[in-house]
Amino acid sequence: MPMIELRKVSKWYGSFRVLTECSTSVAKGEVVVVCGPSGSGKSTLIKAVNGLEPFQEGEIIVNGVSVGDPKTNLPKLRAHIGMVFQNFELFPHMSITDNLTLGQVKVLGRSREQAVEKGLALLDRVGLASQRDKYPGQLSGGQQQRVAIARALSMDPIAMLFDEPTSALDPEMINEVLDVMVELAREGMTMMVVTHEMGFARKVAHRVVFMDQGQIVEDCTKDEFFGSPRSDRAQAFLSKILQH
Amino acid sequence: MDWKVFLEQAPSGGMTYLGWLWSGLFWTIAVSACAWVIAFVAGSVVGVARTTPLAWARFLGTAYVELFRNVPLLVQMFLWYFVMPEVIPVAWGDWLKQDMPYLLRLPFAAQFSLWEFTAAVVCLGLYTASRVAEQVRSGIESLPRGQTSAGLAMGLTLAQVYRHVTLPMGFRIIIPPMTSEFLTIFKNSSTALTIGVLELTAQSRQISEYTFKTFEAFTAATLIYIAVTMTVILLMRALERRVAVPGYIAQGSTH
Repeated sequence: MPMIELRKVSKWYGSFRVLTECSTSVAKGEVVVVCGPSGSGKSTLIKAVNGLEPFQEGEIIVNGVSVGDPKTNLPKLRAHIGMVFQNFELFPHMSITDNLTLGQVKVLGRSREQAVEKGLALLDRVGLASQRDKYPGQLSGGQQQRVAIARALSMDPIAMLFDEPTSALDPEMINEVLDVMVELAREGMTMMVVTHEMGFARKVAHRVVFMDQGQIVEDCTKDEFFGSPRSDRAQAFLSKILQH
Repeated sequence: MDWKVFLEQAPSGGMTYLGWLWSGLFWTIAVSACAWVIAFVAGSVVGVARTTPLAWARFLGTAYVELFRNVPLLVQMFLWYFVMPEVIPVAWGDWLKQDMPYLLRLPFAAQFSLWEFTAAVVCLGLYTASRVAEQVRSGIESLPRGQTSAGLAMGLTLAQVYRHVTLPMGFRIIIPPMTSEFLTIFKNSSTALTIGVLELTAQSRQISEYTFKTFEAFTAATLIYIAVTMTVILLMRALERRVAVPGYIAQGSTH
Protein backbone atom coordinates (compact mmCIF):
# COMPACT_ATOMS: atom_id res chain seq x y z
CA MET A 1 0.00 0.00 0.00
CA PRO A 2 1.49 3.38 -0.99
CA MET A 3 2.05 6.01 1.69
CA ILE A 4 0.26 8.63 -0.39
CA GLU A 5 -2.23 7.77 -3.08
CA LEU A 6 -4.24 10.13 -5.28
CA ARG A 7 -7.11 8.72 -7.30
CA LYS A 8 -8.68 10.88 -10.00
CA VAL A 9 -8.55 14.07 -7.94
CA SER A 10 -10.40 17.02 -9.45
CA LYS A 11 -10.86 20.52 -8.14
CA TRP A 12 -12.69 23.59 -9.35
CA TYR A 13 -12.56 27.24 -8.31
CA GLY A 14 -16.12 28.13 -9.22
CA SER A 15 -16.40 26.98 -12.80
CA PHE A 16 -12.64 27.04 -13.41
CA ARG A 17 -11.10 23.63 -13.26
CA VAL A 18 -7.68 23.66 -11.59
CA LEU A 19 -7.12 19.90 -11.22
CA THR A 20 -8.35 17.29 -13.66
CA GLU A 21 -8.43 13.66 -12.57
CA CYS A 22 -4.96 13.60 -11.09
CA SER A 23 -3.77 10.14 -10.07
CA THR A 24 -0.38 9.23 -8.70
CA SER A 25 1.16 7.72 -5.62
CA VAL A 26 4.20 7.90 -3.38
CA ALA A 27 5.44 4.67 -1.85
CA LYS A 28 7.13 4.47 1.53
CA GLY A 29 10.70 5.71 1.19
CA GLU A 30 10.07 7.05 -2.28
CA VAL A 31 11.00 10.55 -3.48
CA VAL A 32 8.63 11.96 -6.07
CA VAL A 33 9.34 15.28 -7.72
CA VAL A 34 6.37 17.20 -9.13
CA CYS A 35 7.26 19.77 -11.78
CA GLY A 36 5.59 21.79 -14.47
CA PRO A 37 5.03 25.35 -15.62
CA SER A 38 3.60 27.87 -13.18
CA GLY A 39 -0.15 27.72 -12.90
CA SER A 40 -0.16 24.02 -13.71
CA GLY A 41 -1.69 23.05 -10.36
CA LYS A 42 1.38 21.56 -8.64
CA SER A 43 1.01 23.57 -5.44
CA THR A 44 -2.73 22.99 -5.33
CA LEU A 45 -2.14 19.27 -5.73
CA ILE A 46 0.42 18.99 -2.95
CA LYS A 47 -1.74 21.09 -0.61
CA ALA A 48 -4.63 18.74 -1.27
CA VAL A 49 -2.55 15.86 0.09
CA ASN A 50 -2.77 17.12 3.70
CA GLY A 51 -6.17 18.71 3.30
CA LEU A 52 -5.06 22.34 3.09
CA GLU A 53 -6.83 22.59 -0.28
CA PRO A 54 -10.24 20.96 -0.49
CA PHE A 55 -11.09 19.07 -3.67
CA GLN A 56 -14.44 18.09 -5.10
CA GLU A 57 -13.88 14.75 -6.80
CA GLY A 58 -11.66 11.75 -6.39
CA GLU A 59 -9.87 10.43 -3.37
CA ILE A 60 -6.60 10.96 -1.54
CA ILE A 61 -5.42 8.25 0.83
CA VAL A 62 -2.55 9.04 3.18
CA ASN A 63 -1.26 6.19 5.32
CA GLY A 64 -4.58 4.42 4.89
CA VAL A 65 -6.70 7.45 5.82
CA SER A 66 -8.98 9.24 3.37
CA VAL A 67 -8.15 12.98 3.40
CA GLY A 68 -11.40 14.13 1.79
CA ASP A 69 -13.64 12.19 4.17
CA PRO A 70 -15.44 14.70 6.40
CA LYS A 71 -15.10 12.27 9.31
CA THR A 72 -11.30 12.28 9.09
CA ASN A 73 -9.52 13.97 11.97
CA LEU A 74 -7.38 16.28 9.84
CA PRO A 75 -5.23 17.75 12.65
CA LYS A 76 -4.30 14.23 13.70
CA LEU A 77 -3.42 13.25 10.14
CA ARG A 78 -1.46 16.44 9.47
CA ALA A 79 0.55 16.07 12.68
CA HIS A 80 2.57 13.33 11.02
CA ILE A 81 2.86 14.81 7.54
CA GLY A 82 5.62 17.41 7.49
CA MET A 83 5.15 20.35 5.17
CA VAL A 84 7.64 22.94 3.97
CA PHE A 85 6.37 26.07 2.25
CA GLN A 86 7.75 28.38 -0.41
CA ASN A 87 7.82 31.32 1.99
CA PHE A 88 9.10 29.33 4.99
CA GLU A 89 6.18 30.43 7.20
CA LEU A 90 8.08 30.38 10.43
CA PHE A 91 6.11 32.20 13.12
CA PRO A 92 7.80 35.62 13.34
CA HIS A 93 6.87 36.40 16.95
CA MET A 94 8.44 33.20 18.29
CA SER A 95 12.10 32.42 18.81
CA ILE A 96 13.61 29.66 16.70
CA THR A 97 13.38 27.31 19.69
CA ASP A 98 9.70 28.12 20.19
CA ASN A 99 9.03 27.59 16.50
CA LEU A 100 10.57 24.14 16.82
CA THR A 101 8.62 23.18 19.92
CA LEU A 102 5.12 24.63 19.35
CA GLY A 103 3.73 21.66 17.43
CA GLN A 104 5.52 19.08 19.57
CA VAL A 105 4.03 20.51 22.76
CA LYS A 106 0.57 21.55 21.55
CA VAL A 107 -0.11 18.73 19.10
CA LEU A 108 1.96 15.76 20.23
CA GLY A 109 1.71 16.57 23.92
CA ARG A 110 5.43 16.30 24.57
CA SER A 111 6.89 18.03 27.58
CA ARG A 112 8.68 21.30 26.98
CA GLU A 113 12.05 19.69 27.88
CA GLN A 114 11.56 16.77 25.49
CA ALA A 115 10.47 19.14 22.75
CA VAL A 116 13.43 21.47 23.23
CA GLU A 117 15.86 18.57 23.22
CA LYS A 118 14.38 17.14 20.03
CA GLY A 119 14.12 20.56 18.37
CA LEU A 120 17.68 21.54 19.15
CA ALA A 121 19.03 18.21 17.92
CA LEU A 122 17.33 18.83 14.59
CA LEU A 123 18.47 22.44 14.55
CA ASP A 124 22.00 21.16 14.97
CA ARG A 125 21.42 18.74 12.15
CA VAL A 126 20.55 21.57 9.73
CA GLY A 127 23.64 23.41 10.97
CA LEU A 128 21.92 26.20 12.90
CA ALA A 129 22.35 25.24 16.55
CA SER A 130 23.83 28.66 17.32
CA GLN A 131 20.64 30.42 16.16
CA ARG A 132 18.33 28.90 18.76
CA ASP A 133 17.50 32.15 20.54
CA LYS A 134 17.14 34.30 17.43
CA TYR A 135 13.87 35.23 15.74
CA PRO A 136 12.96 34.26 12.17
CA GLY A 137 13.33 37.86 10.97
CA GLN A 138 16.97 37.80 12.04
CA LEU A 139 17.86 34.84 9.80
CA SER A 140 18.52 34.68 6.06
CA GLY A 141 15.99 33.02 3.80
CA GLY A 142 18.08 29.89 3.48
CA GLN A 143 18.49 29.65 7.23
CA GLN A 144 14.76 30.17 7.76
CA GLN A 145 13.95 27.40 5.33
CA ARG A 146 16.36 25.01 7.08
CA VAL A 147 14.66 25.85 10.38
CA ALA A 148 11.30 25.19 8.71
CA ILE A 149 12.54 21.76 7.63
CA ALA A 150 13.79 21.07 11.16
CA ARG A 151 10.41 22.20 12.51
CA ALA A 152 8.60 19.74 10.23
CA LEU A 153 11.01 16.94 11.18
CA SER A 154 10.50 17.60 14.89
CA MET A 155 7.02 16.10 14.54
CA ASP A 156 8.52 12.73 13.49
CA PRO A 157 6.71 12.79 10.13
CA ILE A 158 5.98 9.66 8.17
CA ALA A 159 6.22 11.71 4.96
CA MET A 160 7.33 15.19 3.96
CA LEU A 161 5.67 17.54 1.50
CA PHE A 162 7.75 20.34 -0.05
CA ASP A 163 5.95 23.13 -1.90
CA GLU A 164 8.60 24.92 -3.99
CA PRO A 165 10.99 25.08 -1.04
CA THR A 166 13.71 27.02 -2.90
CA SER A 167 11.64 29.30 -5.14
CA ALA A 168 11.76 32.28 -2.78
CA LEU A 169 15.49 31.99 -2.11
CA ASP A 170 18.43 33.92 -3.48
CA PRO A 171 20.55 31.67 -5.70
CA GLU A 172 23.41 31.36 -3.22
CA MET A 173 21.05 30.01 -0.57
CA ILE A 174 19.38 27.37 -2.68
CA ASN A 175 22.09 24.78 -2.21
CA GLU A 176 22.17 24.91 1.57
CA VAL A 177 18.48 23.97 1.54
CA LEU A 178 18.83 21.35 -1.19
CA ASP A 179 21.72 19.74 0.70
CA VAL A 180 19.45 19.17 3.69
CA MET A 181 16.75 17.74 1.42
CA VAL A 182 19.18 15.43 -0.38
CA GLU A 183 20.42 14.09 2.93
CA LEU A 184 16.84 13.50 4.03
CA ALA A 185 16.04 11.67 0.81
CA ARG A 186 19.10 9.44 1.19
CA GLU A 187 18.01 8.49 4.68
CA GLY A 188 14.85 7.05 3.19
CA MET A 189 12.31 9.77 4.01
CA THR A 190 9.12 9.56 1.97
CA MET A 191 9.00 12.84 0.07
CA MET A 192 6.74 14.62 -2.38
CA VAL A 193 8.54 17.67 -3.71
CA VAL A 194 7.17 20.39 -5.95
CA THR A 195 10.25 22.04 -7.42
CA HIS A 196 11.95 23.38 -10.53
CA GLU A 197 15.32 22.15 -9.28
CA MET A 198 16.02 19.49 -11.86
CA GLY A 199 19.47 18.88 -10.37
CA PHE A 200 17.75 17.76 -7.18
CA ALA A 201 15.39 15.57 -9.17
CA ARG A 202 18.29 13.94 -11.02
CA LYS A 203 20.18 13.33 -7.81
CA VAL A 204 17.56 11.80 -5.52
CA ALA A 205 14.15 11.46 -7.16
CA HIS A 206 12.78 8.03 -7.86
CA ARG A 207 9.94 9.32 -9.97
CA VAL A 208 9.01 12.53 -11.69
CA VAL A 209 5.46 13.75 -12.15
CA PHE A 210 4.99 16.42 -14.80
CA MET A 211 1.89 18.59 -14.67
CA ASP A 212 0.40 21.03 -17.13
CA GLN A 213 -2.94 22.83 -17.01
CA GLY A 214 -4.13 20.90 -13.99
CA GLN A 215 -3.39 17.50 -15.44
CA ILE A 216 -0.71 14.96 -14.74
CA VAL A 217 0.88 14.63 -18.15
CA GLU A 218 3.77 12.35 -17.24
CA ASP A 219 4.34 10.08 -14.28
CA CYS A 220 7.45 8.01 -14.82
CA THR A 221 10.83 7.09 -13.40
CA LYS A 222 13.51 9.73 -13.26
CA ASP A 223 15.54 8.09 -16.02
CA GLU A 224 12.58 7.85 -18.34
CA PHE A 225 11.69 11.47 -17.69
CA PHE A 226 15.12 12.92 -18.32
CA GLY A 227 15.96 10.38 -21.01
CA SER A 228 12.98 10.65 -23.26
CA PRO A 229 9.89 12.41 -22.00
CA ARG A 230 6.99 11.15 -24.05
CA SER A 231 4.83 14.22 -24.18
CA ASP A 232 5.62 17.29 -26.26
CA ARG A 233 4.72 19.52 -23.33
CA ALA A 234 7.24 17.87 -21.03
CA GLN A 235 9.90 18.09 -23.72
CA ALA A 236 9.17 21.77 -24.24
CA PHE A 237 9.28 22.37 -20.47
CA LEU A 238 12.58 20.56 -20.05
CA SER A 239 14.20 22.31 -22.99
CA LYS A 240 13.22 25.63 -21.45
CA ILE A 241 14.54 25.04 -17.98
CA LEU A 242 17.58 22.93 -18.85
CA GLN A 243 19.09 25.14 -21.55
CA HIS A 244 21.24 27.09 -19.11
CA MET B 1 -8.88 85.23 33.17
CA ASP B 2 -9.57 84.05 36.63
CA TRP B 3 -8.11 80.66 37.41
CA LYS B 4 -8.75 81.05 41.12
CA VAL B 5 -12.38 80.28 40.39
CA PHE B 6 -11.55 76.59 40.72
CA LEU B 7 -10.69 77.07 44.37
CA GLU B 8 -14.10 78.51 45.17
CA GLN B 9 -16.61 76.36 46.98
CA ALA B 10 -19.02 74.68 44.57
CA PRO B 11 -22.75 74.74 45.34
CA SER B 12 -22.97 70.98 45.79
CA GLY B 13 -20.88 67.96 46.70
CA GLY B 14 -19.11 69.74 49.54
CA MET B 15 -16.10 70.50 47.39
CA THR B 16 -14.50 73.19 45.25
CA TYR B 17 -15.00 73.52 41.51
CA LEU B 18 -11.63 71.81 41.17
CA GLY B 19 -13.24 68.91 43.02
CA TRP B 20 -15.93 68.84 40.35
CA LEU B 21 -13.26 68.60 37.68
CA TRP B 22 -11.58 65.74 39.53
CA SER B 23 -14.89 63.96 39.86
CA GLY B 24 -15.53 64.47 36.16
CA LEU B 25 -12.07 63.14 35.29
CA PHE B 26 -12.62 60.08 37.46
CA TRP B 27 -15.89 59.25 35.74
CA THR B 28 -14.47 59.91 32.29
CA ILE B 29 -11.74 57.40 33.02
CA ALA B 30 -14.13 54.93 34.66
CA VAL B 31 -16.59 54.97 31.75
CA SER B 32 -13.82 54.78 29.15
CA ALA B 33 -11.83 52.03 30.85
CA CYS B 34 -14.87 49.82 31.47
CA ALA B 35 -16.14 50.43 27.93
CA TRP B 36 -12.69 49.59 26.56
CA VAL B 37 -12.74 46.20 28.25
CA ILE B 38 -16.07 45.43 26.55
CA ALA B 39 -14.86 46.87 23.25
CA PHE B 40 -11.64 44.88 23.31
CA VAL B 41 -13.19 41.54 24.23
CA ALA B 42 -16.33 41.81 22.07
CA GLY B 43 -14.39 43.43 19.22
CA SER B 44 -11.80 40.64 19.22
CA VAL B 45 -14.48 37.95 19.15
CA VAL B 46 -16.40 39.66 16.34
CA GLY B 47 -13.22 40.44 14.38
CA VAL B 48 -12.06 36.83 14.61
CA ALA B 49 -15.52 35.61 13.62
CA ARG B 50 -15.28 37.61 10.40
CA THR B 51 -12.04 35.82 9.44
CA THR B 52 -13.12 32.23 10.10
CA PRO B 53 -14.08 29.79 7.35
CA LEU B 54 -17.48 29.40 9.07
CA ALA B 55 -20.11 31.17 6.98
CA TRP B 56 -22.56 31.67 9.85
CA ALA B 57 -19.86 33.20 12.08
CA ARG B 58 -18.80 35.58 9.32
CA PHE B 59 -22.44 36.57 8.77
CA LEU B 60 -23.07 37.28 12.46
CA GLY B 61 -19.81 39.23 12.70
CA THR B 62 -20.63 41.34 9.66
CA ALA B 63 -24.17 41.97 10.92
CA TYR B 64 -22.81 43.14 14.27
CA VAL B 65 -20.31 45.52 12.74
CA GLU B 66 -22.75 47.06 10.30
CA LEU B 67 -25.44 47.45 12.96
CA PHE B 68 -23.26 49.18 15.52
CA ARG B 69 -21.05 51.33 13.34
CA ASN B 70 -23.79 52.75 11.15
CA VAL B 71 -25.91 54.35 13.87
CA PRO B 72 -24.63 57.61 15.43
CA LEU B 73 -23.16 57.08 18.89
CA LEU B 74 -25.47 59.71 20.34
CA VAL B 75 -28.53 57.91 18.98
CA GLN B 76 -27.21 54.64 20.45
CA MET B 77 -26.82 56.37 23.81
CA PHE B 78 -30.49 57.36 23.71
CA LEU B 79 -31.53 53.91 22.49
CA TRP B 80 -29.85 52.18 25.44
CA TYR B 81 -30.97 54.66 28.04
CA PHE B 82 -34.45 55.74 26.96
CA VAL B 83 -35.73 53.12 24.51
CA MET B 84 -34.30 49.82 25.70
CA PRO B 85 -36.03 49.83 29.14
CA GLU B 86 -39.36 50.38 27.37
CA VAL B 87 -39.07 47.51 24.88
CA ILE B 88 -37.89 44.80 27.25
CA PRO B 89 -40.43 43.18 29.63
CA VAL B 90 -41.88 45.82 31.96
CA ALA B 91 -40.49 44.23 35.12
CA TRP B 92 -36.93 44.30 33.74
CA GLY B 93 -37.27 47.89 32.59
CA ASP B 94 -38.56 48.92 36.00
CA TRP B 95 -35.71 47.08 37.69
CA LEU B 96 -33.15 48.95 35.58
CA LYS B 97 -34.65 52.34 36.32
CA GLN B 98 -35.78 51.85 39.92
CA ASP B 99 -33.76 49.10 41.60
CA MET B 100 -30.41 49.09 39.85
CA PRO B 101 -29.54 52.62 41.07
CA TYR B 102 -29.65 51.35 44.65
CA LEU B 103 -27.41 48.34 44.15
CA LEU B 104 -24.35 50.47 44.64
CA ARG B 105 -23.86 54.06 45.68
CA LEU B 106 -21.37 55.53 43.25
CA PRO B 107 -18.30 57.15 44.81
CA PHE B 108 -16.48 60.37 43.86
CA ALA B 109 -19.43 62.70 44.29
CA ALA B 110 -21.30 61.17 41.40
CA GLN B 111 -24.62 62.90 40.94
CA PHE B 112 -26.00 60.02 38.86
CA SER B 113 -26.75 56.34 39.42
CA LEU B 114 -25.34 52.95 38.52
CA TRP B 115 -28.01 52.68 35.81
CA GLU B 116 -26.77 55.74 33.89
CA PHE B 117 -23.20 54.57 34.31
CA THR B 118 -23.99 51.05 33.09
CA ALA B 119 -25.97 52.27 30.09
CA ALA B 120 -23.12 54.57 29.09
CA VAL B 121 -20.47 51.86 29.47
CA VAL B 122 -22.44 49.21 27.57
CA CYS B 123 -23.35 51.63 24.79
CA LEU B 124 -19.84 53.00 24.33
CA GLY B 125 -18.30 49.54 24.68
CA LEU B 126 -20.51 47.81 22.12
CA TYR B 127 -20.22 50.71 19.68
CA THR B 128 -16.43 50.77 19.91
CA ALA B 129 -16.37 46.97 19.62
CA SER B 130 -17.60 47.31 16.05
CA ARG B 131 -14.61 49.50 15.25
CA VAL B 132 -12.15 47.29 17.16
CA ALA B 133 -13.56 44.28 15.28
CA GLU B 134 -12.60 45.86 11.98
CA GLN B 135 -9.08 46.54 13.23
CA VAL B 136 -8.70 42.97 14.47
CA ARG B 137 -10.00 41.61 11.18
CA SER B 138 -7.63 43.76 9.15
CA GLY B 139 -4.71 42.73 11.37
CA ILE B 140 -5.42 39.04 10.87
CA GLU B 141 -6.03 39.47 7.15
CA SER B 142 -2.78 41.36 6.70
CA LEU B 143 -0.83 38.23 7.64
CA PRO B 144 0.24 35.90 4.84
CA ARG B 145 -2.28 33.10 4.35
CA GLY B 146 0.62 30.69 4.56
CA GLN B 147 0.90 31.37 8.29
CA THR B 148 -2.46 29.73 8.90
CA SER B 149 -1.56 26.93 6.48
CA ALA B 150 1.70 26.31 8.32
CA GLY B 151 -0.10 26.15 11.64
CA LEU B 152 -2.73 23.76 10.32
CA ALA B 153 -0.10 21.68 8.53
CA MET B 154 1.66 20.91 11.82
CA GLY B 155 -1.59 19.59 13.24
CA LEU B 156 -2.86 22.58 15.20
CA THR B 157 -6.62 23.04 15.23
CA LEU B 158 -7.99 26.27 13.78
CA ALA B 159 -8.58 27.59 17.30
CA GLN B 160 -4.95 26.83 18.21
CA VAL B 161 -3.77 28.58 15.05
CA TYR B 162 -5.62 31.72 16.14
CA ARG B 163 -4.33 31.42 19.68
CA HIS B 164 -0.67 30.81 18.88
CA VAL B 165 -0.10 32.12 15.36
CA THR B 166 -2.47 34.68 13.88
CA LEU B 167 -3.72 36.58 16.93
CA PRO B 168 -0.30 37.23 18.51
CA MET B 169 0.94 38.76 15.26
CA GLY B 170 -2.38 40.35 14.31
CA PHE B 171 -2.64 42.20 17.62
CA ARG B 172 0.94 43.43 17.33
CA ILE B 173 0.31 44.81 13.86
CA ILE B 174 -2.78 46.77 14.91
CA ILE B 175 -1.31 48.49 17.96
CA PRO B 176 -1.15 51.90 16.16
CA PRO B 177 -4.79 51.94 14.98
CA MET B 178 -5.91 50.42 18.30
CA THR B 179 -4.21 53.34 20.03
CA SER B 180 -6.48 55.63 18.01
CA GLU B 181 -9.53 53.64 19.05
CA PHE B 182 -8.46 53.79 22.68
CA LEU B 183 -8.08 57.58 22.44
CA THR B 184 -11.42 57.86 20.68
CA ILE B 185 -13.19 56.02 23.47
CA PHE B 186 -11.98 58.68 25.97
CA LYS B 187 -13.23 61.45 23.73
CA ASN B 188 -16.50 59.71 22.89
CA SER B 189 -17.16 59.14 26.57
CA SER B 190 -18.30 62.77 26.68
CA THR B 191 -21.53 61.71 24.95
CA ALA B 192 -22.46 60.00 28.22
CA LEU B 193 -23.37 63.44 29.56
CA THR B 194 -26.52 63.31 27.43
CA ILE B 195 -27.91 60.55 29.64
CA GLY B 196 -26.86 62.21 32.86
CA VAL B 197 -23.37 60.90 33.54
CA LEU B 198 -21.48 63.84 34.98
CA GLU B 199 -18.12 63.19 33.42
CA LEU B 200 -15.46 65.73 32.61
CA THR B 201 -17.28 67.61 29.85
CA ALA B 202 -20.50 67.74 31.88
CA GLN B 203 -18.68 69.05 34.93
CA SER B 204 -16.95 71.73 32.88
CA ARG B 205 -20.25 72.85 31.47
CA GLN B 206 -21.71 72.89 34.95
CA ILE B 207 -18.84 75.00 36.24
CA SER B 208 -19.27 77.35 33.31
CA GLU B 209 -22.97 77.72 34.04
CA TYR B 210 -22.50 78.40 37.73
CA THR B 211 -19.54 80.75 37.46
CA PHE B 212 -19.81 82.23 33.94
CA LYS B 213 -16.10 81.43 33.57
CA THR B 214 -16.65 79.62 30.29
CA PHE B 215 -13.12 80.07 29.00
CA GLU B 216 -11.48 78.75 32.16
CA ALA B 217 -13.87 75.82 32.52
CA PHE B 218 -13.41 74.48 29.02
CA THR B 219 -9.71 75.27 28.85
CA ALA B 220 -9.25 73.17 31.95
CA ALA B 221 -11.27 70.34 30.39
CA THR B 222 -9.23 70.56 27.19
CA LEU B 223 -5.94 70.36 29.05
CA ILE B 224 -7.12 67.44 31.15
CA TYR B 225 -8.31 65.54 28.06
CA ILE B 226 -4.94 66.14 26.40
CA ALA B 227 -3.10 64.96 29.51
CA VAL B 228 -5.17 61.77 29.56
CA THR B 229 -4.73 61.03 25.86
CA MET B 230 -0.99 61.78 25.94
CA THR B 231 -0.67 59.31 28.80
CA VAL B 232 -2.51 56.71 26.76
CA ILE B 233 -0.24 57.37 23.78
CA LEU B 234 2.87 56.94 25.92
CA LEU B 235 1.55 53.73 27.45
CA MET B 236 0.67 52.29 24.06
CA ARG B 237 4.11 53.20 22.70
CA ALA B 238 5.71 51.43 25.63
CA LEU B 239 3.52 48.41 24.93
CA GLU B 240 4.48 48.49 21.27
CA ARG B 241 8.19 48.52 22.14
CA ARG B 242 7.73 45.76 24.67
CA VAL B 243 6.09 43.35 22.25
CA ALA B 244 8.14 44.32 19.18
CA VAL B 245 9.34 41.26 17.28
CA PRO B 246 13.11 41.20 16.73
CA GLY B 247 13.99 41.40 13.05
CA TYR B 248 10.39 41.82 11.92
CA ILE B 249 10.53 44.58 9.34
CA ALA B 250 6.92 45.71 9.23
CA GLN B 251 7.10 46.38 12.94
CA GLY B 252 9.91 48.89 12.52
CA SER B 253 12.54 49.57 15.12
CA THR B 254 13.22 53.21 14.41
CA HIS B 255 10.76 54.91 16.73
